Amino acid sequence: MYVAVKGGERAIENAHRLLANARRGDQSVAEVSLDQISEQLGLAVDRVMSEGSLYDRELAALAIKQARGDLIEAIFLVRAFRATLPRFGTSEPVNTGAMRVQRRVSATFKDIPGGQILGPTFDYTHRLLDPSLGQGFVPEAPATAEASTAPTPRVTDILGRDGLIESSPQAEDGASVGDLTREPLNFPADRDLRLQNLARGDEGFLLAMGYSTQRGYGRNHPFVGEIRFGEVEVEFFAEDVGFAVPLGSIELTECQMVNQFKGSATEAPCFTRGYGLAFGQSERKTMSMALVDRALRARELGEEALAPAQDEEFVMSHSDNVQATGFVEHLKLPHYVDFQSELGLLRKLRKEFADANAPDAMKEAAE
Amino acid sequence: MTTIAELPPGFVDKVLSAQSTFRSVMDAMARPGSVQRIVPMAGTAGRMMRGTAAIALTLFDHDTPLWLDARMSESSDVTKWLKFHTGAPVVQDASIASFALISDGAALPSLERFALGTNEYPDRSTTVIIQVDSLDTGRSFELRGPGIDGVTMLQASIKPFDLFERLRINETLFPRGIDLVLVADDAVVAIPRTTRVESKGS
Amino acid sequence: MNAPAYNFAYLDEQTKRMIRRAILKAIAIPGYQVPFASREMPMPYGWGTGGVQVTAAILGPQDVLKVIDQGSDDTTNAISIRKFFAKTAGVATTTATEDATVIQTRHRIPETSLHANQVLVYQVPIPEPLRFLEPRETETRRMHALAEYGLMHVKLYEDIARFGHIATAYAYPVKVNARYVMDPSPTPKFDNPKMDNSPALQLFGAGREKRIYAIPPYTKVVSLDFEDHPFEPYRFNAPCALCAAEDSYLDEIVTDDKGGRMFVCSDTDYCEGRQAAGHHGSLSAAPYKEKAGSHG
Repeated sequence: MYVAVKGGERAIENAHRLLANARRGDQSVAEVSLDQISEQLGLAVDRVMSEGSLYDRELAALAIKQARGDLIEAIFLVRAFRATLPRFGTSEPVNTGAMRVQRRVSATFKDIPGGQILGPTFDYTHRLLDPSLGQGFVPEAPATAEASTAPTPRVTDILGRDGLIESSPQAEDGASVGDLTREPLNFPADRDLRLQNLARGDEGFLLAMGYSTQRGYGRNHPFVGEIRFGEVEVEFFAEDVGFAVPLGSIELTECQMVNQFKGSATEAPCFTRGYGLAFGQSERKTMSMALVDRALRARELGEEALAPAQDEEFVMSHSDNVQATGFVEHLKLPHYVDFQSELGLLRKLRKEFADANAPDAMKEAAE
Repeated sequence: MTTIAELPPGFVDKVLSAQSTFRSVMDAMARPGSVQRIVPMAGTAGRMMRGTAAIALTLFDHDTPLWLDARMSESSDVTKWLKFHTGAPVVQDASIASFALISDGAALPSLERFALGTNEYPDRSTTVIIQVDSLDTGRSFELRGPGIDGVTMLQASIKPFDLFERLRINETLFPRGIDLVLVADDAVVAIPRTTRVESKGS
Repeated sequence: MNAPAYNFAYLDEQTKRMIRRAILKAIAIPGYQVPFASREMPMPYGWGTGGVQVTAAILGPQDVLKVIDQGSDDTTNAISIRKFFAKTAGVATTTATEDATVIQTRHRIPETSLHANQVLVYQVPIPEPLRFLEPRETETRRMHALAEYGLMHVKLYEDIARFGHIATAYAYPVKVNARYVMDPSPTPKFDNPKMDNSPALQLFGAGREKRIYAIPPYTKVVSLDFEDHPFEPYRFNAPCALCAAEDSYLDEIVTDDKGGRMFVCSDTDYCEGRQAAGHHGSLSAAPYKEKAGSHG
């Protein structure tokens, strides 16, 4: 006797209860707090804020906790919340030149005005697992010194003064800022939309795409002009008061790549740029983004665009991990109706094949 | 001069009124020639009919450039009301308008002056909303096309008199074209670019 | 913390306006895919976000909503979407095709004929019928602009040369109003004829791909074919084991590991309606009632 499957609603409820328990884990172990996530898993929070396109450490920490540490799931939670928020307007462009830097390195010059600042970095740590971290480790207090008052101009601005690097395009006053979360994307897309897409893009995808350019698939001879990480002010031009009011400060990482020069009969050769920007401290992300941004400028700079990283439609259509994970994972939804249709067709084709190749059919054909 | 505080109100219930109005317009567009009623009441200004006002509140916003004919814009109350309640920017160039509001059909400009869309993006075309005298009495028209089971009749008193002859540009332009929405008080009829209209006299 | 507060039918009004404008243009240009600024929804892309956004933009408190996946009201994703709207819009829901004013579907068109007061909303994964021939949007857009569909016919004809048949069993392309080639979403080709000249409005939403398209009521929808190889809807040749229907699309149920198979209606509402009307198949059983404590 066959009975049709029912009871899906209860199954869903029970599955979600089970999930809540799995998320909490062994209840004799202390529950992790949002502060703990924000303070001690700070780079995870940074990534969720960047790819979630929402600067809110507390919500990002909540999303990480709710997602059991699955960062793409956490990014998805933040994005879905962000989509419901009202828009008041667009901030003034942030001035990263005035950043209160915590870290700043350049690979192109040995010394730079304001100095190279290593700051908090994994660089030059020896990757040896440290058992003391598992046993209530208390770090030594950080070394301190008199705060420097020297300005820290951007390395690309220094190169720009001599005309050695293309100038950074300036937005026209009052020009609207593209937003691919509010308008459907059309190709070819302008650089503002490309950069927005890359800023939201999956770190792993951008890393692989950037890496591929280094290995020769769209090579663009990059040098790290500068990576800087620190705090910048965000300002909003309020029409009622007639001037820009500060909204607060955010932490950003910026990477400016200095790439192979170009030139023509009419233009002196100069270096070109690739740009990366992310919330929090995200060096891998911003460096990869800068490589891919430069690769995507191939057509604009008169280069042949044959490699995947130079293919705007390919990169922009596949960089978003929330879209990608949804569509890959939707394959686990039932497909038995279309599968049945495919099965029917395959059986028919196999039967025809068998009939055509049966011994008596061959005999008939011979007669 | 009317101040903002004196402007007639928008929908009492923004969410549900917009939904109900949209369904009337959607049904009108899906079933060309059928007369749909707009139920929710909103204030209106100048020569704007209440049906037109409800459609404006439902579909217009900052993202929809709006073109008004001379008679519609002769009262500053209309532009003020539209600006305050919808935020839609009023433009002088009809060829970039998402919507056009026509109060004086007799002075309707050539339809080619509106956005017709492109073959790649035929949706980027103006929806022209024309206020007419009546959508249940007047001359008879026979309508055919998608959304219509064979043929349907429409009785209407409209200006310009040759509106549907002019609309024939849709036949050669397709998939580009003009979509019309006709409003008489609270009655709405839509004539999308796929509809073929023949006059049957009065 | 910024505590979330959500609008009727979840979407904010600005988003609804944008989607509503896209729907109107979609109806005015049958079969043409209108780009729209699809929002991130609280369910994954690929799980019905396009259909959900279209439904949210049209749904009102008077509507009666039915949601099906694979023809069934009881598949988990159908339940999840139905609950979403019951919660965010407070609308009445039903499993009876006849009683619904809005039906959201994934992969099937109900067996019961639709009527003029209904809207069928399809969830669409890949809206572009030419996508598997040409991955670039810039190219496919040009092909649609010029109605240049030769490539599609070549592909279908290559199937015939290789297999003796058009080897497309679902998402079988159609031509709408003699102009646009359109993807009907991954419905089995058995359902294609139901799209033609339907009294109901059909709306298609693709959230991840950010496209909305439509078939107005009473519109000609033709499955692509050739004179010498006409379109044939496929159906397994057996009556439903539960309701004995001979005209419905059937699910194949594996009953044991010794090759045992049975075939039952994929449209559960249709099947239950027939059983209630006294039609019985070879294996019909009383519908299973959900018991407290049962699990799936």
